[in-house]
Amino acid sequence: MKPAGVVSDTVSTSNEVIHARGASVRFGDRLLWSGVDLHIGPGTFTAILGPNGAGKSTLLKVLLGLQPLASGTVDVLGAPAGAARRRIGYVPQRGAFDRTLRIRGLDVVRLGLDGSRWGLPLSALRARRTREAVAEVVNLVGATQYASRPIGGLSGGEQQRLVVAQALVRRPELLLLDEPLDSLDLANQAAVAALVQRICRERGVTVVMVAHDVNPILQFLDEVVYVARGKAVVGAPNEVITTQTLSALYGARVEVLRASDGRLVVVGTPEAPALHADRHAG
Amino acid sequence: MTLFDYPFMINALRAGTIVAVVSGAMGWFMVLRRQTFAGHTLSLVGFPGAAGAILLGLAPAFGYFGFCIAAGVIIAMASPPVGSALYSEESAVIGSVQAFSLACGFLFVNLYHGNLNGLTNLLFGSFLGITNGQVVSLLAVAVPALVALGLIVRPLLFASVDPEVAAAAGIPVRLLAVIFLLLLGAAAAEASQITGSLLVFALLVLPPATAHVITGRPLLGIALSVVLAVAVTWAGSVMAYYTPYPTGAFITTLSFAAYVAVRGIRVLNARARKGPVPMREALT
Ligand SMILES: Nc1ncnc2c1ncn2[C@@H]1O[C@H](COP(=O)(O)OP(=O)(O)OP(=O)(O)O)[C@@H](O)[C@H]1O
Ligand SMILES: [Mg+2]
Repeated sequence: MKPAGVVSDTVSTSNEVIHARGASVRFGDRLLWSGVDLHIGPGTFTAILGPNGAGKSTLLKVLLGLQPLASGTVDVLGAPAGAARRRIGYVPQRGAFDRTLRIRGLDVVRLGLDGSRWGLPLSALRARRTREAVAEVVNLVGATQYASRPIGGLSGGEQQRLVVAQALVRRPELLLLDEPLDSLDLANQAAVAALVQRICRERGVTVVMVAHDVNPILQFLDEVVYVARGKAVVGAPNEVITTQTLSALYGARVEVLRASDGRLVVVGTPEAPALHADRHAG
Repeated sequence: MTLFDYPFMINALRAGTIVAVVSGAMGWFMVLRRQTFAGHTLSLVGFPGAAGAILLGLAPAFGYFGFCIAAGVIIAMASPPVGSALYSEESAVIGSVQAFSLACGFLFVNLYHGNLNGLTNLLFGSFLGITNGQVVSLLAVAVPALVALGLIVRPLLFASVDPEVAAAAGIPVRLLAVIFLLLLGAAAAEASQITGSLLVFALLVLPPATAHVITGRPLLGIALSVVLAVAVTWAGSVMAYYTPYPTGAFITTLSFAAYVAVRGIRVLNARARKGPVPMREALT
């Protein structure tokens, strides 16, 4: 485990997908988090955990180059954050699509491929290639059956698979997912988590997923970034999600309990992620 | 003699076609982006614009285009950016623009010492008596507006369906929102001159809404919306030629009938298909 602030100089940074040193973000005079160091290797599956408002989504925006740093540096895919945007797939934190949105799932996926092109799609050859690429990625996420229906009418899990397909259709090297399991039922959480794991392993895509509950992805994770109280700890899940590490991070007594089925429960902090499954109810 | 032997009829069809094509295309995006309230306001703004132009002794076209496009820019600038987007705030901005412009319109009409016939034309349109010059001015705005829409069509679709992902992909979402309201203002100004400020919706909302119900394919939907708008405009013009009733009334009625019919068919189809819902496989 590498506590934040300790930079390991022995690690070669050349093949790291994400490399951050002393990164901090400030909103006005509020320091959101600081001293964040990240070393994320290719083909790994990393989770960003932490309480609401800790700055998890902001960390993803930093990686995308959408949020400037107050200090420190972040390199993504060998270039300063933002420069390699086209090689990154991104699924933001969001609710479902509007029920009345009548655009087909296929067309939403397709936007990931040609949505940033100017002008009319006039080349028949390119149109065919686009169609094939879209069909392939829709098949990969197992959405072929319903992809030609309007996306607004699909269930949360079905929509989530299609937006993952949209993020994948350009064959990104890095996939950034912001709470993709949120608002899914347990069965769909497990299915989407397994899908992301498969993409990570089979296609060698580096995955960074913000999660509000670590349990659905715990068995797949290589690394965990736990953000709380303006700091972050990074390391293997069994090193970070422990009573000792989290107590040190929160500066208060926090207990990590392991249920008999292997699920982790964090107790003692009013904002512990696993305890707040109902936070969207209000 | 057929109806094509009358120059006024030819010009009405020419103008109607230009306006229908622009409205069908811009309207499709307006419905997609849920900006019908903005579109409605942009159309109403044409009324004080035209009344003001008449008051100053200018051609009403100047007033329509000037006011609609200016209002488009104001609404775009004053609305909150995507992400922090509070729709209610956008509505408040639009509502204020609408209220203020209507007040201006009544003031202008009063200052002009109310020619009631002119007022009716501004509000409900005048298909007859369209000059060649008017057709050319409609075309001069329609062509660049459609070319601009063609250039931004895919990024605009992306920004409309999925603004956050579009922004992350480097698409200038906010700039596109401004450009789109400009184009919508141009479309509303065009349509206002033919259907009048109050009936703009016959062309700007109903054919696009009908197309959205029929297909979820974007380019096909835009094409369908244009075809429907042109079809109701032609049918309405021909029906008005053979009856003593105004064109705008026919266009509105036909558009509305098409929309109701398509919604009705969808409901019936859904009923027919409704069987036992298959259980979704829980895990892949
Ligand atoms: N652009 C911004 N300007 C000012 N404050 C911001 C901005 N973006 C985020 N914040 C604030 O920074 C804090 C962290 O936001 P962020 O969305 O990163 O949290 P999060 O960890 O993702 O929380 P959640 O679990 O609720 O998604 C919040 O208090 C938020 O209000
Ligand atoms: Mg968040």
